[in-house]
Amino acid sequence: MNNLSTITVTVNGARYERTVEPRLLLSDFLRHELGLTGTHVGCEHGVCGACTIIFDGQPVRSCLMLAVQANGHEITTVEGLGTMDDLHPLQEAFREAHAVQCAFCTPGFLMTLVPFLEENPDPTEAEIREAISGNLCRCTGYQHIVDAVKLAAKKMSVGGES
Amino acid sequence: MTKKYLGQRMTRTEDPRLLTGQGLYVDDVEIHGMLYAAFLRSDYAHARIKSIDVSAARSRPGVVAVYTAEDLGDFWQHGPPLVPAPHSIEGVIFHSRTQVPLAKGKVRYVGEAVAVVYAESRYIAEDALEDIVVDYEPLEVAADLEKALEPDAPLVHEDLESNVASHLVQDKGDYAAAREKADLVIKRRFLIDRGAAGAMENRGVVAHWDEKSQYLTVWDTTQAPIPVRNGLANILGLSESQVRVIAPFVGGAFGPKIMMFLAEEVLVTWGAIKLNRPVKWIEDRRENFFATTQERGQIHDAEIAVTRDGRILGVSHTFLHDTGAYNPYGLTIPLNTQSHSMSGYDVANYHSELTVVFTNKMITTPVRGAGRPQGIYLMERLVDLAAKELGMDRVEIRKRNFIPPDAFPYNHQIIDQAFAPLHFDSGNYLATLEKATDMIGYEQFVKEEQPRLRAEGRHVGIGIVSFVETTGVGPYEGGRVTVEASGKISVATGVGTQGQGHFTSFAQVVADQLGVSPRDVRLVTGDTLEFHWGTGTFASRGSVVAANAIHAAAVNVRAKVLKLASKVLETPEEQLELVDGLVRVADTPQKSIGLGELAVLANPLRGAVEPGTEPGLESTDYYGPQYGATANGSHAMIIEVDPETMMVDIKRYVAVEDCGTMLNPLIVDGQVHGGVALGIGNSYYEQLIYDENGQLLNASLADYLIPTASEIPRMEVGHEETKSPLNELGSKGAGEAGCIPTPALFAQALEDALADYGIEITETPMSPNKLFELLHGKKFATNSTN
Repeated sequence: MNNLSTITVTVNGARYERTVEPRLLLSDFLRHELGLTGTHVGCEHGVCGACTIIFDGQPVRSCLMLAVQANGHEITTVEGLGTMDDLHPLQEAFREAHAVQCAFCTPGFLMTLVPFLEENPDPTEAEIREAISGNLCRCTGYQHIVDAVKLAAKKMSVGGES
Repeated sequence: MTKKYLGQRMTRTEDPRLLTGQGLYVDDVEIHGMLYAAFLRSDYAHARIKSIDVSAARSRPGVVAVYTAEDLGDFWQHGPPLVPAPHSIEGVIFHSRTQVPLAKGKVRYVGEAVAVVYAESRYIAEDALEDIVVDYEPLEVAADLEKALEPDAPLVHEDLESNVASHLVQDKGDYAAAREKADLVIKRRFLIDRGAAGAMENRGVVAHWDEKSQYLTVWDTTQAPIPVRNGLANILGLSESQVRVIAPFVGGAFGPKIMMFLAEEVLVTWGAIKLNRPVKWIEDRRENFFATTQERGQIHDAEIAVTRDGRILGVSHTFLHDTGAYNPYGLTIPLNTQSHSMSGYDVANYHSELTVVFTNKMITTPVRGAGRPQGIYLMERLVDLAAKELGMDRVEIRKRNFIPPDAFPYNHQIIDQAFAPLHFDSGNYLATLEKATDMIGYEQFVKEEQPRLRAEGRHVGIGIVSFVETTGVGPYEGGRVTVEASGKISVATGVGTQGQGHFTSFAQVVADQLGVSPRDVRLVTGDTLEFHWGTGTFASRGSVVAANAIHAAAVNVRAKVLKLASKVLETPEEQLELVDGLVRVADTPQKSIGLGELAVLANPLRGAVEPGTEPGLESTDYYGPQYGATANGSHAMIIEVDPETMMVDIKRYVAVEDCGTMLNPLIVDGQVHGGVALGIGNSYYEQLIYDENGQLLNASLADYLIPTASEIPRMEVGHEETKSPLNELGSKGAGEAGCIPTPALFAQALEDALADYGIEITETPMSPNKLFELLHGKKFATNSTN
């Protein structure tokens, strides 16, 4: 296919330059061009939220964007949060509260919730449910995810004070 | 052996990997030179294929191959029947018509694959689908379950005389005689429609054929990797030892990912060999709606015969079950429905007549619940209606009819999905109902709170129902437990994992036997190279069948450890204990040896081999139950309905479950939560809506409403623990329980909340629209809605 575009994107702090088809979805770019397979694709029509990433600080659905639209922008994916040995407090809380079952939706929840907790460090249950109402989970019934967010808020506020 | 870890609410060992995006799912597999498959699917539910022109698709740059049914030659075969007819039922009629890899001659449902494209990228493969021209001659459609049985109905399979796929009758006692003696007989028609499993990860297959080693590796989002390996080997003409099937992390499954030998699994693997290139196929969400199996469609004409004091004398139902266009899964779903149509009640007389119907719709196979929610819906609705008619309390009527705890094992005298007489192994049904009643505060709500709120004009209602769940069916599973030289333990089992926490709960079972931390137990599941005997993860059987197999293997390894340590430490086995990765002398703890050192000693060097001994601290063992372990429970909820908008606010939800011994209660709670959430979807939000032409009208997540965190309430989970007498661990399954009673519960609570309208609910899923129509149909029995 002709009509290729060269784009430069910063993902998890690293700068990538790639030549792509204009129609390439951002989700496919992250997963298959950059090999960052932690971002999952559940519906490709913007409903399930599994592919949520942080784009210039805001949670967005990477299946509803084209890679070329990310040219010159900054992205954080789940790989940019904690590591297996040093989990982000939200990831720790997800583990402690058993907010993870099959984990396919989990990266999308995490990337939705990181900016949410920055904006609202002490959310109520209703606010948490509202915040995650654009992310579908079929395994957990959401309860342990809500519990994890409360736990993370506590962990992060303690961390902030120390 | 102490129970240090079994039963603990341990966090999961696998989570750090999953939380950091490092879990391997099928779509994460990348192989150099990989092709991408895409399927052209029928837009018609029933049509003759006059011609297919793939020439333009074949000449598109980047397309490697395009095939139709004609191109498959001898490879074109009907899929193998996964479950045979229940030969143990007298007079059963069963016409096996299994699916085909690509439609030939005619299409039988919207979404049936007609052609397959293999291309250098997914984008090109999907472009090429647009190039294919199919000339269809549309046929009359058998979409409606009842109309499909009319004499002039179009035939889904023209070689049959009708659309009857199966017919059977099961009897217990003498229902007709019981009916004669009844003070009250209630008869109703119940409609139950289809829903989607809706796993967040769609299906996918990657196949890699290594020509030089003549070896096929398949990554598959399957719940049953071992049967898939054996079946693919057979279909592809390979030896089973030439095929490795890996079910890596699977993003939710809920039944349809058993997915054995549908078009995609077969053609991706075949294409990889034929084209000698790795092939990937990842289903998209739209395909998931059209081409992944579904469940629940049934129509029941049912009746219950009771005495004046609420004793159930008998239950009878004639029902239709929608199998869709093909029936590879046999009668598992409707047999499960029959097995749950008496629920946990001591019903002496039962009559059930089943007709399974072919329709021009997607195939049905088990979806979480698998026929059980339909049976429970039927029975619980009938009990509710009887209680209402008799002026009896709904909790009281249930209490009067439960199978008592001393009546187990209870033989229900009908044939179950395993083709054996249906036995309930154990249970205390009254205990879960009483616990649910207490937890929700039933008496207080009904006597005080509800009248007060109703006086304020609020439409609040309570529901409370009971259920049973047959779990942990055979045939068997296996496990291999090995002590490694590092002192760590490795465990392999055949079942795959789709989020159930096997890496942790199975490790807990092993850890207690071998005196190690569960974190030092490494599990491998769902890789046929590691373990190739067993069936899979379904029917709530992991914690029963696989866990008990692993337990048995761990017990054997413990015996080997003690025997060797006894020799090394020169101490009788009875005086040894396994603690913290060591074997030590109980009253002289400094006298000890590490498990790793023992493992090294158990792998002797030249000259040190004792004749007749096996190397290693390792054992493989199996568990196959005589029949399944029966779980049970009671759920209750309080709702408020807005009779203007028909929105339902679930104020409280209580789930009391008895799944025997819990390996890890934290994981069990998660299973219950997820099951209830699906049940709520099945009750009020999720319905696959087909029109009279067999077109699915809501095939997107924007139109098919999987509940979000806004619809699902906080749930309060309670447990009883009646151990199964059938297995060493005493465990029963928990995976499906949550969703089984919910539709019945929802119906009862809606009726209660809208008592002033006098509505009766006999259909599930309900929806705000249907509720609106029901209320308006009643022409507002009262106007006192403020």
